[in-house]
Amino acid sequence: MKSPTKVIAIAAAFATVASLAACSTGGSDGKLELRVATFPPGADQAAYDAFAVQEEQFEKENPNIDIIGVEYEWKAPTFTAQLAAGSLPDVFTVPFTDAKTLLENGQLADVTKEVTDLGYADKFNPIILDAVKDADGNIFGFPRQAYALGLQYNRDLFEQAGLDPDSPPTTWEEVREYAKQIAEKTGKAGYATMTKGATGGWQLTAQSVTRGGVMQDGTTSTIDNDGTKATLQYFHDLRWEDNSMGDNFLLDWGGINQEFAAGNIGMYTSGSDLYTALVRDFSLDPAVYGLTTIPVEEGGNVLGGGDIAVIPPTVTDDVKAAAVKWIDWYYMQKLLTEDGAVRDAKALADADQAVGTPVLPVLDEETEAQRLKWIEPYVNVPREQMKGFFDGIVNQTPVGEPKLHTQEIYQILDNVVQAVLTDQNADIDALLAQANKDAQALIDG
Amino acid sequence: MTVLEERPELQQRLRPRRVTPRKRDRSPITWVRRGGLTTLLLALPMILVFAAYSWWPILQAIWMSFQKTNLITYQFVGIDNFIAVLNDPVLGIAVVNTLYFAVLALIFGFPLPILMAVLMSEVRKLKGFYSALAYLPVIVPPVVAVLLWTVFYKASPTGVFNTILGWVGIPPQPWIQDATQAMPSLVLEATWAAAGGSIIIYLAALLAVPPELYDAAEVDGAGIWRKIWHVTLPQLRGVIFVMLILQVIATAQVFLEPYLFTSGGPNNSTVTVLLLIFRYAFEGSLGGKYGQATALSLMLAIFLALASFVYFKVTQKWSTN
Repeated sequence: MKSPTKVIAIAAAFATVASLAACSTGGSDGKLELRVATFPPGADQAAYDAFAVQEEQFEKENPNIDIIGVEYEWKAPTFTAQLAAGSLPDVFTVPFTDAKTLLENGQLADVTKEVTDLGYADKFNPIILDAVKDADGNIFGFPRQAYALGLQYNRDLFEQAGLDPDSPPTTWEEVREYAKQIAEKTGKAGYATMTKGATGGWQLTAQSVTRGGVMQDGTTSTIDNDGTKATLQYFHDLRWEDNSMGDNFLLDWGGINQEFAAGNIGMYTSGSDLYTALVRDFSLDPAVYGLTTIPVEEGGNVLGGGDIAVIPPTVTDDVKAAAVKWIDWYYMQKLLTEDGAVRDAKALADADQAVGTPVLPVLDEETEAQRLKWIEPYVNVPREQMKGFFDGIVNQTPVGEPKLHTQEIYQILDNVVQAVLTDQNADIDALLAQANKDAQALIDG
Repeated sequence: MTVLEERPELQQRLRPRRVTPRKRDRSPITWVRRGGLTTLLLALPMILVFAAYSWWPILQAIWMSFQKTNLITYQFVGIDNFIAVLNDPVLGIAVVNTLYFAVLALIFGFPLPILMAVLMSEVRKLKGFYSALAYLPVIVPPVVAVLLWTVFYKASPTGVFNTILGWVGIPPQPWIQDATQAMPSLVLEATWAAAGGSIIIYLAALLAVPPELYDAAEVDGAGIWRKIWHVTLPQLRGVIFVMLILQVIATAQVFLEPYLFTSGGPNNSTVTVLLLIFRYAFEGSLGGKYGQATALSLMLAIFLALASFVYFKVTQKWSTN
């Protein structure tokens, strides 16, 4: 029974299948396609313009490789889904602590040979390179950027509260006073801290470290140390006695940045390289940004961190070789050679992207000093507003994050921080004891 | 003389006939001729889509719950995942929280649509307008609704709800910032978002109640509340029983509100079973616990299936009286 509708339906089905088959073939004219991570969703167009310039430069030097920029944000659900579907970019970045988990789970490609062949394996800061090595010493990524924790502050809120934006606090007591003044004079939160999505534990660790508290000692969990106790007591006092922490205590990294960029937070601790993301992704007005060192007490330290450029383990050998070429060109050359540094800085500066954000060197000190000299003409971040950090960081040696089950322990600590900030009668000692017990169980189990 | 006696051919036509098909009437050829093949072809795309996106992932999840995997390699570990999940201290908290949510939603969110539907069915004019108004929250995308309510729930004295409470002299509340108030706040928003759908269903069911029953009750001297209790509710019994089990199943799987409002906080007071499954798979130790996530999903599914089965058995006698 041939009816016109039946014929049309069959023809339409055939056409769909044919077009689907056609668009699934990749790699036009024999070039190798390389999908690389670019920026998180929400990044402004200028960032992509700068990337397009660099993409062209790379493709000119490597005519066989076709770079395809892919919007990318490090988020566990996105990573998992992409890994399962095989659609991870061929080059992407991962923070240090997560990188350790990933490489232990076999979810990163081994790049030991490539790194040694490129000749700069020994140029890396050994502490930082250790974060991307497994137990046998194999390297699984290229550390590309490191940071120290710093105290971010809003210069505008300082002025409104009658404080001098060029003399930020240097001790935790001063932070408390300033926070109280900001809260009283402006009604905004004087001080805030992250509390969820494992960032609560991260910041608690960072602030405990400045008071001499260490979360792990070898394979023993030491969460109930004096530094952490003091930090939680500090949170309690600022929240319930001074009422200077505002009214929102469910903040993760994105949330707190958003609140800060919107002018609702006076001070908080986060990475020293945050300026780039704040301006590019959260629309912060650069004029209000201030950065100083995190207050460190006697016997305390500063927490460091960073991220690494990695390759998924499921790529073919030629894709891997191309990926390593891109990583070397895009992430590494700007740290090692004058050409690379100037080329990168110029492309970024031309598109109004941040050049000169405070970072810590992943390579050795002299290489970093040289790099800073090379890019000096192109620096466009308000470094005078970050004077506190540049002056103070020379006296601080960053220490690494806890090594074992870091993210899980941070999640346990999230709850402790949330409890202290939302329950006036929270028993800090009991909470820490329980958290320590749970953390030890994780380490042992 | 009857019509049938006068018109014998009519009698012939009206004689009792054999209606059940004989054995040779039921063969593949007659099935095709009767349109069976066209039906199958028409349903085939939907069957394929369901199979690919619904049934196959369920089978995969069952298989994955017995594996330890990083999504690249798989390793059979028997029931280790189930044991690990049962030993997790947060599981107890999640189950209690889910029960708490379900009970609160039942007490506050279940009678409300019935009441609203009864009230709306009494209204003379603008019935359509009220129905649309009631259904409006359902049309709002859930994520948008939650973000909207996050603004409402702002804990400062200038937050929307706190301002309204201030007008009647109640001090500002912490809402989702406080461990005791967080879950009820979530239930409030969830009820607001879902009531409209139930109201529409009850309104339709109320149309099927014979008006003579109300007249009879009136004659017996029943006021409005007794009419509702003795006439409306028993007549709606079937619908109410089905809506009840549907609500229990839906609230047992609540994920959106805890995830978007509080991410399970403050201090795990709003962690539900689904949120725990999400955490196993996507947070904390990345790339580790997909096996545990699917194991917990499987346990939840089996529990809900058993509960539904028991529920239907028990209410069978009640609803068909």
